[in-house]
Amino acid sequence: MNTVSCPECEAEITLDASTEVGEIIVCSDCGVDLEVTGLDPAEVNLAPMEQEDWGE
Amino acid sequence: MISVSIVGGSGYGGGELLRLLLGHSQVEVKQVTSRSHLGEYVYQVHPNLRKRTQLKFTDPAHLEPVDVLFLALPHGQAQKKIDEYAAQAPQIIDLSADFRLRDAALYEKWYGVSHAAPAWLGKFIYGLPELHRSEIREGRYISGVGCNATASNLALLPLVQAGLIDLSAPVISEIKVGSSESGAEGNAGSLHAERANVIRTFSAFGHRHTAEVIQETGIQDVSLTMTAVDLVRGALATVHAKVKPGTANKDLWKAYRAAANENPFIRVVKEQRGIYRVPEPKIVAGSNYADIGFELDESNGHVVSICAIDNLMKGAAGTAVQCLNLMKGWDEMTGLDFPGLHPA
Repeated sequence: MNTVSCPECEAEITLDASTEVGEIIVCSDCGVDLEVTGLDPAEVNLAPMEQEDWGE
Repeated sequence: MISVSIVGGSGYGGGELLRLLLGHSQVEVKQVTSRSHLGEYVYQVHPNLRKRTQLKFTDPAHLEPVDVLFLALPHGQAQKKIDEYAAQAPQIIDLSADFRLRDAALYEKWYGVSHAAPAWLGKFIYGLPELHRSEIREGRYISGVGCNATASNLALLPLVQAGLIDLSAPVISEIKVGSSESGAEGNAGSLHAERANVIRTFSAFGHRHTAEVIQETGIQDVSLTMTAVDLVRGALATVHAKVKPGTANKDLWKAYRAAANENPFIRVVKEQRGIYRVPEPKIVAGSNYADIGFELDESNGHVVSICAIDNLMKGAAGTAVQCLNLMKGWDEMTGLDFPGLHPA
């Protein structure tokens, strides 16, 4: 089973067997988008997300 | 099944407690007392309880023995008759501020009067399960919790338990509160014309609940600033503090995750998408959940920790029932499983 640590919150994330490089997954703890950058070994990087700004 | 009664059941806290106890599978409510509403059906004061009970308010002078007695009296009254109440029940849960502080001198400092039953202060356990779960399980006498203190204490809980706060810097808890906090008896400030649409800071510092935060967190340099907002239910504590040098976001995640794992009513809300990215009181209205979240500026160690609660639930009656569950060895969440409403 392929597991990675979330780079934002260090939650342990298990990748599905069907996960592909380039796929965007969501951390179940902190909710960030993660791009799968490798499978052997499994690697993920933070993916850009839309920010909220009501001050403008 | 155990028998319980509520002394002083006509206020908002007492009404919320009665709502919870009527729906509790292990509890039979025997009496609800009120001098001002003597003889009236309780649903005539708490309209949400119509068709849920035919209980009438009874005279507190005619209190009968029960397994557990809840006191929901205005602050200052329970301490005057605590010996009488203790004669009626082996276990007491008091929602008022009378037995929250361990030290009679501190009580006098913060409440401006000497305590009427100082010998009882040491018998009570501060009734916040997230801080005193094992003591409450063994306890006979449990105090209530201040709603603003609870929002602050739970916002600080992960940081304090993980030892992450730099105590050389002050801790500021900015709290926004709904109108039900001021109780069921009106005053000039609670008139609709005066209370509607407000964002009114009514206590910049020195609020009484500060004493509970100092006592329970051990942080001496802490200030609570209270602001009334246009809500009926809800308290939101936004706590500003400094973390120790080198503390990173991942350390905070670890601390907050641990707090949520150890406490069934604590949820971490720190979302990256959607509308509800941080804790909001409206999402926990009517529920016993305390939603906590944080943001850390790693460049200067400034942490903002947020906690949203329903002041009548996690800040009063819900926590009292949670204590009852612990005292009786029941599942901590019994009778408290309502998750709140959305939209609300």
